Amino acid sequence: MKYLKLFLVMLKIGLFTFGGGYAMIALIQSELVSKRKWLNDGEFADMVAIAESTPGPVAINAATYVGYKTGGFLGALVATVGVVLPSFAIIFLISLFFNEFLTIRWVAAAFSGIRVCVVFLIFSAGAKMFSGIKKSPLNLVIFGATFACMLLFSLFSVNFSSVFYILASGALGLVFYLVCFTKDRLKKKRGENKEDTDKKEGGEE
Amino acid sequence: MIYIELFLTFLKIGAVSFGGGYGMISLIREEVLSYGWLTEGELINFIAVAESTPGPVAVNMATFVGSSQGGILGALTATVGVVLPSFAIILIIAALLKNILKYAGVQAFLGGLRPAVAALILSTAAIMFLSSLFGITTAYSAPSPEWRGIIIFVILAAISAVYRLIRKKSFSPIALILIAGVCGVLFYYLPAWQ
Repeated sequence: MKYLKLFLVMLKIGLFTFGGGYAMIALIQSELVSKRKWLNDGEFADMVAIAESTPGPVAINAATYVGYKTGGFLGALVATVGVVLPSFAIIFLISLFFNEFLTIRWVAAAFSGIRVCVVFLIFSAGAKMFSGIKKSPLNLVIFGATFACMLLFSLFSVNFSSVFYILASGALGLVFYLVCFTKDRLKKKRGENKEDTDKKEGGEE
Repeated sequence: MIYIELFLTFLKIGAVSFGGGYGMISLIREEVLSYGWLTEGELINFIAVAESTPGPVAVNMATFVGSSQGGILGALTATVGVVLPSFAIILIIAALLKNILKYAGVQAFLGGLRPAVAALILSTAAIMFLSSLFGITTAYSAPSPEWRGIIIFVILAAISAVYRLIRKKSFSPIALILIAGVCGVLFYYLPAWQ
């Protein structure tokens, strides 16, 4: 029965979350943490952190995590299917009629305006993400290089998948960290050695 | 085999798209355009639908592209493809690697990703902006500005900037899409402009 409840709650969450994952996280909190107490605050915080830092839609990540925490593998499966099902059904229905819908002249005109809005919305999503990033030199270099390469490659019709930017910049972050880490270590070691000799000298006096 | 193509393409999209929502837009755009599954205009139309219907944008995209290429079975394979990597990765983390996010190396990797994802989203927006409003798709194409679209863009930007200034929060995307739809009817349908 727990699985059925889990499924229904996730179905509801999948049905009422417009605008992607972040809206859904608030709904999960009220449904699962405050109302049903299936997760405590710490588990919820873990869920948000994990859902945001793993690949894939935040909503799916969150649903799988909540499902696993409350009902193991089967719970994860039930929760994930539940959260996907409403979008799947709605979009599938829309896809059957969408092209015919667009042959209506005023609808097509409305979509000419809506396309402009989508470009604007993507801009704002990117700008919002950029403003949330720490403006360290490394981050700014990664940002600038990726932006410039994407734009130039596209304008000169060079095929270069986004996958490579994502993996390369992640690797760069890792390498930078390792370099700083070993530098710090070497410095510390040197510092310790110096302290040792200082002590020795002090002892001899 | 279209089903295998759909499955593998959306598996890839699900596996490497970080940052949620529009984080996957650049990859979806590249894949969908290179297979010829949708045109740029169709893709942008559909992003509007995905934004105004419930559910994650990536799942909506997968279902729609799958359905348009291979009916219900196509929709199913594409959707399972895009969900599967999240499902598997989260299970592994929840069951085995509870502390993976606490490793400094993992944080450094994710920290490096973030500015790149922001850049991917913004550059995709810039590419769409240039192609749909100025007719620039390659460095060699002569610009042909689409004035009505540019005016609508300025109107939308002004509305959302003013709203943010007054109410200190962002304007609802669905409301903005509705306003843009009304602008579209006014500018592209009413005979006065033609």
